[in-house]
Amino acid sequence: MTQASERTTMSYREAVQEALREALHSDPRVFLMGEDVGHYGGCYGVSKGLLDEFGEQRIRDTPLSESGFVGAGVGAALGGMRPIVEVMTVNFSLLALDQIVNNAATIRHMSGGQFSVPLVIRMATGAGRQLAAQHSHSLECWYAHVPGLKVLAPATIADARYMLGMALLDPDPVVIFEHVMLYNLEALLPQENERLPTDKAALRREGSDITLITYGGSLPKVLAAAEQLALSDINAEVLDLRCLRPLDTTSIVRSISKTHHALIVDEGWRTGSLAGEISAIIMEQAFWELDAPVARVCSKEVPIPYPKHLEEAALPQLDEIVSTAKQLLGTP
Amino acid sequence: MTPANAKPHVNRNHLLQLLQSMIRIRRFEEKCAELYTLEKIRGFLHLYIGEEAIAVGCNEALQPEDALICTYREHGHALARGIPMAAVMAEMYGKITGCSHGRGGSMHLFDKTTRFYGGNAIVAGGLPLAVGLALADKLQQRNRVTACFFGEGAAAEGEFHESLNLAALWQLPVLFVCENNLYAMGTALNISESEQDIHRKAQSYKIDAETVDGMNVVAVEQAARNACDSIRRDGGPHFLECRTYRFRAHSMFDSQLYRNKAEIQAWQEKGPILQLIKWLREYQQFTDAELETIEQSVEEEINKAVAAAESADFEAITSLSQNVYSEGKP
Repeated sequence: MTQASERTTMSYREAVQEALREALHSDPRVFLMGEDVGHYGGCYGVSKGLLDEFGEQRIRDTPLSESGFVGAGVGAALGGMRPIVEVMTVNFSLLALDQIVNNAATIRHMSGGQFSVPLVIRMATGAGRQLAAQHSHSLECWYAHVPGLKVLAPATIADARYMLGMALLDPDPVVIFEHVMLYNLEALLPQENERLPTDKAALRREGSDITLITYGGSLPKVLAAAEQLALSDINAEVLDLRCLRPLDTTSIVRSISKTHHALIVDEGWRTGSLAGEISAIIMEQAFWELDAPVARVCSKEVPIPYPKHLEEAALPQLDEIVSTAKQLLGTP
Repeated sequence: MTPANAKPHVNRNHLLQLLQSMIRIRRFEEKCAELYTLEKIRGFLHLYIGEEAIAVGCNEALQPEDALICTYREHGHALARGIPMAAVMAEMYGKITGCSHGRGGSMHLFDKTTRFYGGNAIVAGGLPLAVGLALADKLQQRNRVTACFFGEGAAAEGEFHESLNLAALWQLPVLFVCENNLYAMGTALNISESEQDIHRKAQSYKIDAETVDGMNVVAVEQAARNACDSIRRDGGPHFLECRTYRFRAHSMFDSQLYRNKAEIQAWQEKGPILQLIKWLREYQQFTDAELETIEQSVEEEINKAVAAAESADFEAITSLSQNVYSEGKP
């Protein structure tokens, strides 16, 4: 296990695995369950080796029964366990929506607070691997719509490493989205005492001219865009939401009050997007701080296509982020 | 199976207790129907009338540490399990003294003390929860049973099949109880299923399964005891298909265009309460006075429950957002 005192470089994938390993070591109630998490090692390789380390009871391969095993996760949480359920992709999670929305999110409320559901659901999300229209979508927004759920989008190595452990301490259901394009990302892991609380947004770059608001897989693109804007003497602030429900509106408003310009970058489709929600929050709470209308860069309104050039065209890209930011600031 | 050959639990006092338990549920629900027309109870109200023998019979086989998962037609199970009638009635009223503090209503009765995990109003939505509760017991080496009740309509849902497979695959201690009342709301079994013997579906997952006369409380009790014994002994699931009939409409909005009066009449004649009273009269010198005593005690309890619900408070609107998340930070 990684010691808190060490500084190590690791990949996002390794960071999630370390988080799983630590959780399994530290709490006998924790177990991992999902399709291909055991013998296969996880669809994205996250749980590779954990079966040998922890055995079949705790690294539990399931049949292709998303509703069945997610619901079993809800039931096991009710029964005193701390299950981590992995769903291969957000597209497959739609088969388990009944259990997530009708049970996990409602049982505390329907029971008048008698029962809680301390369940963590992890799932891969997002496009970029040419996996076409049934493996590439970004539906974080759908889950962020639902009272009773908490929704996390770790976009850094540190968040991949530490958010899971914090989610397991939560007595309520937490859904964690891992963007597929982040798994190979490598970086230095900050010390454990530098970890941030799960429900706060993080400033990934300080700036004064414009706030670029984003989350998950779009963060690297947005940071690259900020560097490019700097070449044009535009000092962009980058706010990583990290937690999509509840949204850290205080941090959003604080940043807009400083930069007076907001551009939201969201891999979800524009219509009914989180970007739309954030825009509304800015209108409601920071309207008089704005020097220009809020702008959005979202995915185009098409199912994600297979060919690389079309997939790229469908997603928020660096050039569009840069040009939209410049347009917003009225600079050429 | 008749009471005469269902040993060893057939003794007069035990039968009277089963009878009282069924009458208690029947009269409670009749009162609920009345209160519904008075608009004291709103929303959906699904009556269990006609099916009482299943909840009552199965409950005899359950221990206090066992868990229950039920459907939106769960008043009978809640009462049989021992949730106080006043708390169930207050929940019907949406009052703060209700067993779900008023937030659930008729379809979402919950009670931590008796491990009653709801009233689930999504058909088959409770089955995966039962699998999970049983998995938690197995992983924590607790010898407990999770009893999971659902209608035959659930057999058409994917969650039914996923759950049966998981329970059998992982050998989990679930007692699946199918309350086959022949109609999924207004859709008859014979126009919705290619295989109408529901227990055979369970058998195809290698689960021990059988049909039971759901109108005979003693038969249900015996089958449930045998099933629970085997679950506690061997760990794996068991499946009971209880053949029964709903005497009342699906809910208070149902005009019952899909079935005829003769059919209802025929089933009512073999109703679980009527059947047991007849048998007791014939073989146990059961008297009208004894029946009257039961009815009176039940009526008294119901009157008290209604009075308590009437006088209880509604939750303050200021607490609307409570219990969406746990209080305080993790």
